[in-house]
Amino acid sequence: MKRRHLLASAAVTLPSLAALGLLPGCAASMLRGTGDLGVVIGRANGTLYLVDTTAQALIGEVSGLGDLSHASVVFSRDGLFAYVFGRDGGLTQVNLLERRITRRVMQAGNSIGGAISADGSLVAAQNYTPGGVKIFDAHTLALVADVPAEYAPGKLSKVVGLVDLPGRRFAYSLFEGNAIWVIDCTDPARVGIQKFEGVGQQPYDALVTPDGRHYIAGLFGEDGLAMIDLWAAEPKVQRILSGYGKGQEALPVYKMPHLRGWAVAGRRAYLPAIGRHEVLVVDTDTWKEVGRIPVAGQPVFVMARPDGRQVWVNFSVPDYHRVQVIDTQTQTIVKTLEPGKAVLHMEFTPRGESVWISSRDDNRVSIIDTQTLATRARLDVPSPSGIFFTSRAARLGF
Amino acid sequence: MLGLAAHPTFAESPGAPQGSRVQALVHMVRQDCGSCHGMRLTGGLGPALTREALAGFPLESLAATIYHGRPGTPMPPWSAMLNEAEARWIAQQLLQGFPEETTTPHIQ
Repeated sequence: MKRRHLLASAAVTLPSLAALGLLPGCAASMLRGTGDLGVVIGRANGTLYLVDTTAQALIGEVSGLGDLSHASVVFSRDGLFAYVFGRDGGLTQVNLLERRITRRVMQAGNSIGGAISADGSLVAAQNYTPGGVKIFDAHTLALVADVPAEYAPGKLSKVVGLVDLPGRRFAYSLFEGNAIWVIDCTDPARVGIQKFEGVGQQPYDALVTPDGRHYIAGLFGEDGLAMIDLWAAEPKVQRILSGYGKGQEALPVYKMPHLRGWAVAGRRAYLPAIGRHEVLVVDTDTWKEVGRIPVAGQPVFVMARPDGRQVWVNFSVPDYHRVQVIDTQTQTIVKTLEPGKAVLHMEFTPRGESVWISSRDDNRVSIIDTQTLATRARLDVPSPSGIFFTSRAARLGF
Repeated sequence: MLGLAAHPTFAESPGAPQGSRVQALVHMVRQDCGSCHGMRLTGGLGPALTREALAGFPLESLAATIYHGRPGTPMPPWSAMLNEAEARWIAQQLLQGFPEETTTPHIQ
């Protein structure tokens, strides 16, 4: 009944929308919001797969996005546009309702991600080659500022761990520069840069806490993380979890953990230990270690369900057919799932009743009920990697 | 093809992988090494591994880097996932221009 009603109203609405040029071709779509939409990166074919988390279905695809082997996505404030950062330096603006590329620029030689300012006006791309950050007008993708990561005369660092901060500000880390920079783009013609140097060896990724207060960078070159309290009158770098692996030889790291899928649940943060099969637990009031949870491999993403009740962990090769679920009340693993070969990413629906998991080598996205841990649906997607839902548009640091 | 013709002995190295293992190794390099070096091997956190980028790089040194890793850098030893002959085979393929994936096999 409901479906017939919707179709009938669509029949009335379609011609007027079509006349306005709002509909692509003959797609039988109707007026709708984007709050339950998202995208899945087709890693091997440069294609963005559009998904609907209510229908639990694929609703379209957009191809021609270049090399998406390390792609990430941010959304416009209204959830209409996805900004896709490709490995090859491509920055593509995709209209999710029209299901098409609206703008695309090649902005660097080698890129790994980006962020969007709190007011939605600026998109920042973090680049490996040439090392630095470029700032674009979010509407036109016109370049408005270029901030090379020059940490020593003539030396550019790869940029990692770029996040948005309140205001038109961004924070990021310099892999070779052992530094953290906070830039203020209130006036893009005159970008203010606050530099924190000697933060620790080889920061590899970073996160900002949901309140925008603490910026935390993981360090590849040593056991520990670098943290800045951005609310302090005079922010400075503080080392946390130093020497967590003291006296033990680190395991080979087959894939860098991604701190960007931060997990802060209640007053605890859950962080991947580099070179160990452990999730580190830290108290966010004192920033002291309060526990460690042994896990099935090297954690890559450690992500809290939006309510903080569970933390989900996936792993690098060779343990990447598994996903583990930690109950944050007992700090124990309550379930080990095997959703498919080569799990690359997880994404919770906005209120966390489901999690979507990509299994690259099984060409599958699994949709799992986070209460029962049962698989609700599986979608066929070729070589899926990152999954990004539009609810990110409303979250700081995403 | 040019690379193969120029280095006919590479394809006949003792212990070189065969059949489905070749596919698995190609998949591993494109996808898993691709995490750092790019799926098209044009570089990322790790350097580019295209034929041009590796021109003049000694085969043995490249094979040793794959097998033993490079201490002090994020390059891990892959000895847990392949043997020395396979590391050498990968190094040979990289120097010639690494093959594209034709299928998506499962890696054990």
